Amino acid sequence: MFDEIRDLYQEVVFDHNRNPRNFRVMDDATRKIDGFNPLCGDRITLYVKVNDNVIEDVSFQGSGCAISTASASLMTEIVRGHTEEETHGLFELFHKIVTGEDTRTNFDELGKLAVLAGVRAYPARVKCATLAWHSLEAALKEDAETVSTE
Amino acid sequence: MTLSLNVIKIRQDFPILNETIHGRPLVYLDNAASTQKPKAVLDTLRHVYEHDYANVHRGVHTLSQRATDLFEGARKKVKDFINARKIEEIIFVRGTTEAVNLVAQSYGRSKLQAGDEILITAMEHHSNIVPWQILCQQTGAVLKVAPINLSGEIIMEEFEALLNERTKLVSVVHMSNALGTINPVKRIIEVAHAKGIPVMLDGAQAIPHMAVDVQDLDCDFYAFSGHKLCGPSGIGVLYGKETLLKAMPPWQGGGDMIRMVTFDKTEYNTLPYKFEAGTPAIAEAIGLGAAVDYLQAIGMDKIAAYEQQLLEYATTKALEIPSLKVIGTAKVKGAILGFTLHHIHPHDIGTMLDQLGIAVRAGHHCAMPVMDFFGVPATARASFSFYNTTEEVDTLIDGIKQIIEVFG
Repeated sequence: MFDEIRDLYQEVVFDHNRNPRNFRVMDDATRKIDGFNPLCGDRITLYVKVNDNVIEDVSFQGSGCAISTASASLMTEIVRGHTEEETHGLFELFHKIVTGEDTRTNFDELGKLAVLAGVRAYPARVKCATLAWHSLEAALKEDAETVSTE
Repeated sequence: MTLSLNVIKIRQDFPILNETIHGRPLVYLDNAASTQKPKAVLDTLRHVYEHDYANVHRGVHTLSQRATDLFEGARKKVKDFINARKIEEIIFVRGTTEAVNLVAQSYGRSKLQAGDEILITAMEHHSNIVPWQILCQQTGAVLKVAPINLSGEIIMEEFEALLNERTKLVSVVHMSNALGTINPVKRIIEVAHAKGIPVMLDGAQAIPHMAVDVQDLDCDFYAFSGHKLCGPSGIGVLYGKETLLKAMPPWQGGGDMIRMVTFDKTEYNTLPYKFEAGTPAIAEAIGLGAAVDYLQAIGMDKIAAYEQQLLEYATTKALEIPSLKVIGTAKVKGAILGFTLHHIHPHDIGTMLDQLGIAVRAGHHCAMPVMDFFGVPATARASFSFYNTTEEVDTLIDGIKQIIEVFG
């Protein structure tokens, strides 16, 4: 019945939605930011630990739809160990693909994120897939709220 | 179940109901957001633009007169539809939101002072919250919120306790868009009037589903939108008691709302034109008149009875699904079924139902405080109209069951 929609709701998405990875508070985070999608009420609190320009750890808390939860979960896995610049580059590529600005059909460069490429056929859901990423971008900016680690 | 409307025949009046979505027949259950339009309205719009269109209240030429007659004829139809005393009490606006803003900025700003209070309820749409917050910032008045219970009903004792000598206006939703609750507005108006406080009703959701008689209600202001009433978007109505409207200053300045303008002094036009600056939504107003004719030919009481049957049918079926929770269980309720599914976000429900051709709303329904009260980020909402069928309810319920299965 839902065959057509399987390109959006892949098994990996269901898995990450049921068991989101790195779904925890991080006490020693260097940055923390709240993200909110007013359209659907998705909320995310993102914790990031950056050391010498490298993302050592990312975790999140919050509530959202399957797409936003899976996207956040996958993101926390994929950016760990990468520099801020590499992370920014991956976000740019991911964003261009899900918004349809980049029309490629081979998603190898996205790695694990490729399972979310199907979002491009559902413009109403692009914000769900990018909420965690927008939050991460904001957290990595200098002006982001910094968590007190005292 | 014996149905009180010939819905098969009615559906033929709505061309859009023949659409297929993702290869399936459209099941349109997003009527609280906007209703579809019958041929009578579509034909009227086309006829106006092809035969009767010019600006209104302006020229001496024939077409302008024809357009004016139709436009003012629509005002008369709306007046009769809600049983207002006079056509002067029917102000054409863009929609409910503009009507609330008009009352806030004209009545509110001229009457309220620092420390005065405006009373609303915890189930209001943002359009009956934000205009008052803006007014409070401008005047120093205070916005008070009457609480609701877990069924989504106003708690009358607490509401009454909040009415005091500082309360200068009550503004309450007639029927909640998120919960379906139909408020005891007659009682609300009685208790407010007993203390000399005027009452505005947000009728955006109520008016498509029941007969509304503003004289019987004795409300001071009543606001609604054309597009939720099978009419065009961009047209709505503010009803106000003539004595109140007369005393209120104009809101927007411009053409049509004046009698005489010099650079020293401007004399304002009479009601209702004082509040209708600029060229109005001409064809849309005439289209709204056609919508009112169409609905009255069916009968608002018949529509209300049929929709209650649909709601009862849908609620019974929905409650058979163990993981489904209905949000909004007021005893007196319109045909809105807000729900959540355990572990499945409303946004996912919305996308998946769409795949089955079913249009529902998923989100906070412009009522974020209501979502906060029930502790949910959002709900899925099926909202019914008189052109929906029990078969469509079955399709919805079947769709929900499939989603639960897919999510595992």
